[in-house]
Amino acid sequence: MSVNATPAGAEAAAEAEQPTGKHAAVPAQRARRGAGAPLSDNKRAERRLGWLLCAPAALVMVLVTAYPILYSVWLSLQRFDLRFPDERQFVGLENYVTVLTNDFWWTAFGVTMLITVVTVAVELVLGMGLALIMHRTLVGRGIVRTAALIPYGIVTVVAAFSWRYAWTPGTGYLANLFDGSAPLTERASSLAIIMLAEIWKTTPFMALLLMAGLALVPEDLLKAASTDGATAWQRFTKVMLPVMKPAILVALLFRTLDAFRVFDNIFVLTNGGNETSSVSMLAYNNLIRGLNLGIGSTMSVLIFITVAIIAFVFVKLFGTAAPGSDDGERR
Amino acid sequence: MADIVLDKVSKRFPDGTTAVQDVDLEIADGEFVILVGPSGCGKSTTLNMIAGLEDISSGELRIAGERVNDKAPRDRDIAMVFQSYALYPNMTVRENMAFPLRLAKMDKETINQKVEEAAKVLELTALLDRKPANLSGGQRQRVAMGRAIVRQPKAFLMDEPLSNLDAKLRVQMRTVVSRLQKQLGTTTVYVTHDQTEAMTLGDRVVIMRGGAVQQVGPPQELYDHPRNLFVAGFIGSPSMNFLHAKVEEGRLRTALGDVPIGERVRRELEAGDAPRELILGVRPEHFEDAALIDDETRARGVEFEAPVDIVESMGSDKYVYFTVEGERATAAELEELAADAGAADFAGAGSNLVTRLSAESPVREGENRRVWFNLEKIHLFDPGSGRNLTLHEGRSAGALAD
Repeated sequence: MSVNATPAGAEAAAEAEQPTGKHAAVPAQRARRGAGAPLSDNKRAERRLGWLLCAPAALVMVLVTAYPILYSVWLSLQRFDLRFPDERQFVGLENYVTVLTNDFWWTAFGVTMLITVVTVAVELVLGMGLALIMHRTLVGRGIVRTAALIPYGIVTVVAAFSWRYAWTPGTGYLANLFDGSAPLTERASSLAIIMLAEIWKTTPFMALLLMAGLALVPEDLLKAASTDGATAWQRFTKVMLPVMKPAILVALLFRTLDAFRVFDNIFVLTNGGNETSSVSMLAYNNLIRGLNLGIGSTMSVLIFITVAIIAFVFVKLFGTAAPGSDDGERR
Repeated sequence: MADIVLDKVSKRFPDGTTAVQDVDLEIADGEFVILVGPSGCGKSTTLNMIAGLEDISSGELRIAGERVNDKAPRDRDIAMVFQSYALYPNMTVRENMAFPLRLAKMDKETINQKVEEAAKVLELTALLDRKPANLSGGQRQRVAMGRAIVRQPKAFLMDEPLSNLDAKLRVQMRTVVSRLQKQLGTTTVYVTHDQTEAMTLGDRVVIMRGGAVQQVGPPQELYDHPRNLFVAGFIGSPSMNFLHAKVEEGRLRTALGDVPIGERVRRELEAGDAPRELILGVRPEHFEDAALIDDETRARGVEFEAPVDIVESMGSDKYVYFTVEGERATAAELEELAADAGAADFAGAGSNLVTRLSAESPVREGENRRVWFNLEKIHLFDPGSGRNLTLHEGRSAGALAD
């Protein structure tokens, strides 16, 4: 293998030369660090192969993701109501002004934020507990893990219906516990039930992600901490959590993005009544029920932007690394 | 600083296996004791029990005279160094070393001072603000040592601390560990599977096999007076040669010719249950080129002639490998040792004899060479029990002793 390396890039090139073609992706990734060094024919061919291998997936992504996104952006810039198709017209950012000055939008936004923050926080704590239990269990490990994952395996709509029936006065066992009151007819209790259903359903997912993080904590590290004089709590906060940080951030990111798009539980439990709509519900109501493609698309784009901001904050500010990437933080 | 006493300490796991059985050991204050043995011999489990990382199934463990069986590791005031170094990846070198002090709620100034001191001793001062990920193996190892010494604990426990280093660095760090221990005078228990480390480092060496202690003593004593076949084969590199020997007409018939035996061994062999077949053990350095010795020395041993297989010249002396025909010595201990060395399936036919001859010997590969070996230094083992028959009151005096 010939490598034309300038002195500056020599080290990176030498490092990149070591692995053989078996791990083609690794040298390609490393070579990026030595950017500036002229590429050998070999490297260039490797890079071209990389692009070729990515191409089909990238193409599919463009078709199923980029096109709808761009199309909805295009729709959001128009007055476009299917009930009045003749009035279709390009209006620039007028739809955005309409939505962002509307109280319904901000109420829904507040509800969504509340649900997101509360459920993710509670799920993190419960998920960590569950992950620790699953990680530490010695007897019946398989059964414990399966049992813990059942809620996540149930279709959300089905679970939501079972919650709804449980809280229905007269027939529901949970409603009867509270003297047959009707909690789903009041705003605060409805929101609480929605959050409960969300937490019940997705805590196992959180636990699963965190358990993968727990596996990253070497046993020796905990032993060292206990001989160094750490209590169980100190071992958890000072050793386990920092080492698990990348896994925790990834879990939080996933769950936050998911939670922000909450839809099915609300749809089934309250159908958005008593001001319990989330932004997704609102967008659905305008787009599908109201047939107002312009306003509905505007809301969709706003949701998309919010989600993008959340992801940006996580990745840039908290340094969340994509799962599988290794930035040295983990070691 | 403190003494550590293990009183019939055992470890049984829930599935019924016994990892450590009735270990009795008294480690004096300031002593450097090595636990050594092949993998699975229970040495690490023993160390973990001293640290408190494993429960003790039965027996008593005392540190500084106090029973600590039920004390948590953090209350035992011991420091441990791990094979993997176990450095906290999110903390800098300084924070790593300060961690036990911070947990002990010392004030910042004292912590800083102690960390700086320890860093100076281990030459880590320039690295204090780096993260472990940016350190070499040797540096990480030193940080792990640093974290152990800042606290001035009652004892250091080290679990194969040098095994992850490359050979050259390991030799270097060995002297660092040794010097540090002498300087601090802290009681140290050190686990290793490497007999060279055990020989060079410890005041006393504990050899373990299958959860039981085989022999305890200073390295030289273990080398010169091994109590059984296992100890004899484990200590020494290259290891002791073992040959099949048959007792016939008051002599030992071996592949190296007949070997006379003295009064004491004869008495030993005349006992009713004495074995008729023995294993003869000779260390490589107790052979010599027969052409190079004077008559007085010659009288203390016997000579044989055998074809030279391979000559390895080390400069100071020569390792010469001979092929000897005849029955191989077999015993459970020897098989275990071979398995540990990874040579169980690599024996070939006949016995291979390793000898260490003077550098002046003109020995060449392929020729037949006359070689002498010292009868005062040979050991005879019972293949059944592994017992060293030449051992008398803890001393081995060879086959000829009266």
